[in-house]
Amino acid sequence: MLQLENVTKSYRHRRGQVTALDGADLTIDSGEFISLVGPSGSGKSTLLVMLGGMLSPTSGHVLLDGQSIYDLGANERARLRKAKIGFVFQTFNLIPYLTAQENVQVPMCLNGVGAEEQTERAVALLERMGLGDRLDHKPTELSVGQQQRVALARTLANDPALILADEPTGNLDPETAEQIIRFFEQFHAEGRTIVMVTHDPRAAARAKRTLRLANGHIVHDESPSRVVA
Amino acid sequence: MNLRTLVWRELFERKSQMVTVFVGILLGITTVVAIKTITHYSEKAVARELDTLGANVLVLPKSVSLQDYYAADMHEQYIPEEYVLRLTMSNLHGVDNLSPKLCVPVELDGRRYTLTGILPKSEFSAKAAWAGAGIFTRPIGCGAIDVGDSPEHDDKRSLVRNRVIETLERHETLIGADAAQALGLADGDSVELLGQPFSVVAVLPTTGTVDDSRIFAHLHTVQELSEHGQVVNCIEIVGCCKEISAGLVDKIDDLLPEAKVVTVAQVVATQAKINQLMERLSLIFLAIIVVVGGAGIANYMYANVSQRRREIGTLMALGAESSFILPLFLSKACLLGAFGGVAGFGIGTILAVTVGPKLAGVPVFPMPTLALWAVVLSVGIALASSYFPARSAARLDPCATFQEV
Repeated sequence: MLQLENVTKSYRHRRGQVTALDGADLTIDSGEFISLVGPSGSGKSTLLVMLGGMLSPTSGHVLLDGQSIYDLGANERARLRKAKIGFVFQTFNLIPYLTAQENVQVPMCLNGVGAEEQTERAVALLERMGLGDRLDHKPTELSVGQQQRVALARTLANDPALILADEPTGNLDPETAEQIIRFFEQFHAEGRTIVMVTHDPRAAARAKRTLRLANGHIVHDESPSRVVA
Repeated sequence: MNLRTLVWRELFERKSQMVTVFVGILLGITTVVAIKTITHYSEKAVARELDTLGANVLVLPKSVSLQDYYAADMHEQYIPEEYVLRLTMSNLHGVDNLSPKLCVPVELDGRRYTLTGILPKSEFSAKAAWAGAGIFTRPIGCGAIDVGDSPEHDDKRSLVRNRVIETLERHETLIGADAAQALGLADGDSVELLGQPFSVVAVLPTTGTVDDSRIFAHLHTVQELSEHGQVVNCIEIVGCCKEISAGLVDKIDDLLPEAKVVTVAQVVATQAKINQLMERLSLIFLAIIVVVGGAGIANYMYANVSQRRREIGTLMALGAESSFILPLFLSKACLLGAFGGVAGFGIGTILAVTVGPKLAGVPVFPMPTLALWAVVLSVGIALASSYFPARSAARLDPCATFQEV
């Protein structure tokens, strides 16, 4: 489903050049559940946003379903994201002035789904997350765990094949984190591909494959059949 | 959920900011509408005052050269009085008043005076009215409003100021200040001119011109007594200065090819200069509002983009294209501009109508045409000053939504 071909990402700073990702090669098949682990600054989030079509590599290619996504324009990549990719953020990134239901409707609105279908689907997804009684609550009226569940419902709104999660349990207590990881396992069971950046060893252990990054290199791939850069 | 819901909800999410920028737009448009309304009526009042400065176009015999404005009719060359009828029956725009004059010398108490025949306006405008056409079938006054301080029409002394008189009977006369003093005449006295008795209906105020030594009587009486026939020395025309700029003189020239048409440059130049000054003042105020108001809105929109970086990045991560982000900000600006424009027009008009007469000393009325102008201006400023912040939002790096890249 996803391929990185000799991908490098460098940033220019006043004091010189920083290489966040250095000649990475990686193949992710459909239906995989992968955790990306490593110390801060190792290039995990760079790799994640690059897989999401939001950060172009300095060199190399990123392919989604055989299509080199950085050969597409910014708006074409946006269309690709709303059709195939769902994001989960560490700080949930809910829109503060919208209710839980409206937040879940946003990706459907961007995808041109009709109002009635938006409502039906948003209600169903929030009920699945156990938030059927919180439809009209704004993010500030919800606990952090509930906010992350609203964010998960939003991620599923357009039924994405690929879910990219940036430390989804980073701001949560262990019990809530466990609840969220169980949802990820459900999504995986439904056949979705999941790539999750995490510092939490327990969350990482629940993935079926773990990639360890250090200094911009993939230094360890738990699956021996994979190529390690 | 749609773009409109997002814009509407966001507006009310940041109420204090929305109120601040709305008040900014409102104040700007209120000021512009109030100033524009007051200056519009002030300009009209000034135009009226300027048009009472006197004749600014003279029709003379071809051979006469103009030496002195006040003595333009004191020569022995003639043009037919019929030219007056031609002018009144024409469709010329901007002829506000006409005054044909014929001068003949008279001797009184051993001193020579100039007897000037003038045609009261009531006579030639009546002729035009009988024919149902001509310049006096349209409202006169160059579109200016009456400020209520002009002399009464039936006051014969208005001749000094307007160079035109409304009514004058065949054996009535008006005496210049110096002549009246020298002859010892006062209102209601009798005087014999060219062998006919005349009653003095008014002694004119001092003007400091040759008019002070003149004696005025009805043109037709002067023509009969002097046996000159139906001729005049000169036709003074009070033309609207805007129409003069638009080619009134050429049109009169075409209408009266046998006569010489002269513009009194100094009068016209003064009128044009003051009108231009008023227009410039109005433009300066407008420019200040546009710059200050625009800068305020742009500042607000940039701050708004900055505050919403994470939200915009999230929308982009969820698949929002630039064609969604740009209208998200521009619709907001458009809404604020439209409401600010409508409210600004309303308050500005109320202010102008209530405070304007006290400030400018002229009656001020609402100008409904300014409503559309105010909304277009307000929305235009809001959109123009929001475009670059909106564009920068649409170009935001969606990576801003991630904690660590």
